[in-house]
Amino acid sequence: MGRPVTHNNKVKIVESPQGFQGDGFFTTKLSEVVGLARSNSIWPLPFATSCCGIEFMATMAAHYDLARFGSERLGFSPRQCDLIMVMGTIAKKMAPVLKQVYLQMAEPRWVLSVGACASSGGIFDTYSVLQGIDQVIPVDVYVPGCPPRPEAILDGFMRVQDLVKTEHIRRRNSPEYKELLSSYGIE
Amino acid sequence: MIDSKTNIPLAEGSLGKKTYTMNLGPTHPATHGVFQNILEMDGERIVKATPTVGYIHRAFEKLAERRPFYQITPITDRLNYCSSPINNMGWHMTFEKLIGAKMPKRVDYLRIIIMELSRIADHLVCNSVIGVDTGALTGFVYVFEFRELIYEIFEEICGSRLTTNIGRIGGLERNFPDAAFNKIDHFLETFPKGMKEFETLLTRNRIFMERTMGCGGIDAERALNYGFTGPNLRACGIDYDMRTAHPYCSYEDFKFEIPVGTTGDVYDRFLVRNQEIWQSVEIIKQALEKISDLDPTVFHADLPDFYLPEKEDVYTKMEALIYHFKIVMGETEIPSGEVYHAVEGGNGEVGYYLISDGGRTPYRLHFRRPCFIYYQAYPEIVEGGMLSDAIVTMSSLNLIAGELDA
Amino acid sequence: MEIQKVLEAEFGGDVSAFEMQFDIFTFEADKEINLKILTLLKEEHGFTFLNDLTAVHYPDKAGKELAVVYMLQNIKTSERIRFKVFAPITKPDVYTATALFSTANWLEREAYDFFGVNFKGHPNLIRIMNVDEMDYHPLRKEYPLEDQTRIDKDDEMFGR
Repeated sequence: MGRPVTHNNKVKIVESPQGFQGDGFFTTKLSEVVGLARSNSIWPLPFATSCCGIEFMATMAAHYDLARFGSERLGFSPRQCDLIMVMGTIAKKMAPVLKQVYLQMAEPRWVLSVGACASSGGIFDTYSVLQGIDQVIPVDVYVPGCPPRPEAILDGFMRVQDLVKTEHIRRRNSPEYKELLSSYGIE
Repeated sequence: MIDSKTNIPLAEGSLGKKTYTMNLGPTHPATHGVFQNILEMDGERIVKATPTVGYIHRAFEKLAERRPFYQITPITDRLNYCSSPINNMGWHMTFEKLIGAKMPKRVDYLRIIIMELSRIADHLVCNSVIGVDTGALTGFVYVFEFRELIYEIFEEICGSRLTTNIGRIGGLERNFPDAAFNKIDHFLETFPKGMKEFETLLTRNRIFMERTMGCGGIDAERALNYGFTGPNLRACGIDYDMRTAHPYCSYEDFKFEIPVGTTGDVYDRFLVRNQEIWQSVEIIKQALEKISDLDPTVFHADLPDFYLPEKEDVYTKMEALIYHFKIVMGETEIPSGEVYHAVEGGNGEVGYYLISDGGRTPYRLHFRRPCFIYYQAYPEIVEGGMLSDAIVTMSSLNLIAGELDA
Repeated sequence: MEIQKVLEAEFGGDVSAFEMQFDIFTFEADKEINLKILTLLKEEHGFTFLNDLTAVHYPDKAGKELAVVYMLQNIKTSERIRFKVFAPITKPDVYTATALFSTANWLEREAYDFFGVNFKGHPNLIRIMNVDEMDYHPLRKEYPLEDQTRIDKDDEMFGR
């Protein structure tokens, strides 16, 4: 038996889900446990193209730490990540690349669109800028701002956590989801 | 189902090909920004590199033809977004040159403080990212705390952290509040110690030195032919700095040195940027001293035709309301002509070539972007070297995607 | 200015419109001699740094619609010089400066991409910023800024 915790004793722990417990066992719904585990250990893929990427670097740094939400490990390979954070302007030349990266992600996957340019084209209403990434991929959470403050990016991230926690376990196989994907031309 | 008897056609010449084609980017953890390089590699060595840019082309030059002059400042923010106040000030100075306006000294000194703070921020990002690309993540985390202090100073002045849109044509939009001066003093007290800590991590670190010395160098003659400016050129040994060669904004009143390297490799660029940070701190100290002798209420020139009046005056005085209306609706007389003005940005000479035909919006505005110009030299620098050296070289050149593609 | 005398002596009537615009000496030249002017300025007068190269579209000047602007600098004396050459829009051929200044490579590609200026002798004159499938030159004055195929923004609402 180790010594009791003397220093970090104000650590906030997530509440366990509702369930029935007894001596050595605990029963609850599978979706709740899976949602709890997934939402507090999201591995994001930062798809940073421009100025919002620099605000993201500030979010990753020590002042507004993103790692305390469970995203210590930023992956750069889409095959290993859950959440793609698209930060910055996506030009028409870049849109096929974004779609290809999205297709390489495994289900379940979420998309966070950070900044005005990724959400709707931003101030660049020009011939070469894609007016929002939702023209090519389905988006879960939009974070407005130009660039959004790190607190706003963290708020968007927490909304994604809420979505992950409460997602129905059969959502990715449901006909509505398949219809959403086929409306983007993704099989 | 492929039958064993059908032939699978191979690409032309692929059997005899000795090199391996690899695609670096546009999405890659080490390319800070979106640019692609198609590399022909022989093992670890790069035989040929072909860069492709344009993945974040936002058509700034066409967008500028649509916007009135005072609305172009937010576009210039997004060029080199790590040091956006420098771009803003450069644009204001270009337009002030066109109309022939002279700024009071206090405005110049305040502008210099803002520009030097943003230069420090830009160089801090570049140097810490060179560390990250060689595996040293600690420097990045130490240094971003000081960037947060600089962001707080910008917030006191203009309200925004990164894409600042600071200043107006004719000066600044508001006087620096006392909180801004307090924060600048606090920054000047705490920053030198933190910078020394960052330097001790990397500058004489044997692993870092062996990794970066001799890698990614370029000859001074070739650098000039390619149009290099800024710290990359100064690392090759040529002391060409816009602040001393074509002084603008009262830089001639300040005493500072221009650090110069010898071989132009990654280590020299790292050292030159570090020294420039120290020189910027000196310039800020001198500017604060000079400001203390001047009238503290002056923060803009007397240009009623172009300087948007302060909001309290617009709501209370008739004249200010009329001028505000005239400027926003485009009823003021804008001279026609062609002007070129350049400032020393974080990467070199950021130039603005403005052709005005007297209308409300520019006829043509062209940005001379240093990143675009020196990225052409990247294949020449990298060919013959190893892949990991190419990554470190790319981050030491401080390629900002917004400035590359514009 | 001595540069003016030297240029007039060398090229006669092909160079014109000498003036000092806001501390930069500018002139205009015929497009056939652009390389000769660049070589003369680079080799004999120390303008070894090509600062910028861009193009401008003047739809009102018949026969001289596309202008290519060269800006040179003398690093040692901090002097700048700028000149323009004109080409008609039906046949916008200009000789390339890549052999003299390596920096002209991508600058000319950008001018080709945006305006359609054809630089003769360029090693790799393809589009650089826009998508390769684009078939028009967007920065010419007749083309609009916005993407006409977008469905979420309305030109009437956005106050053009």
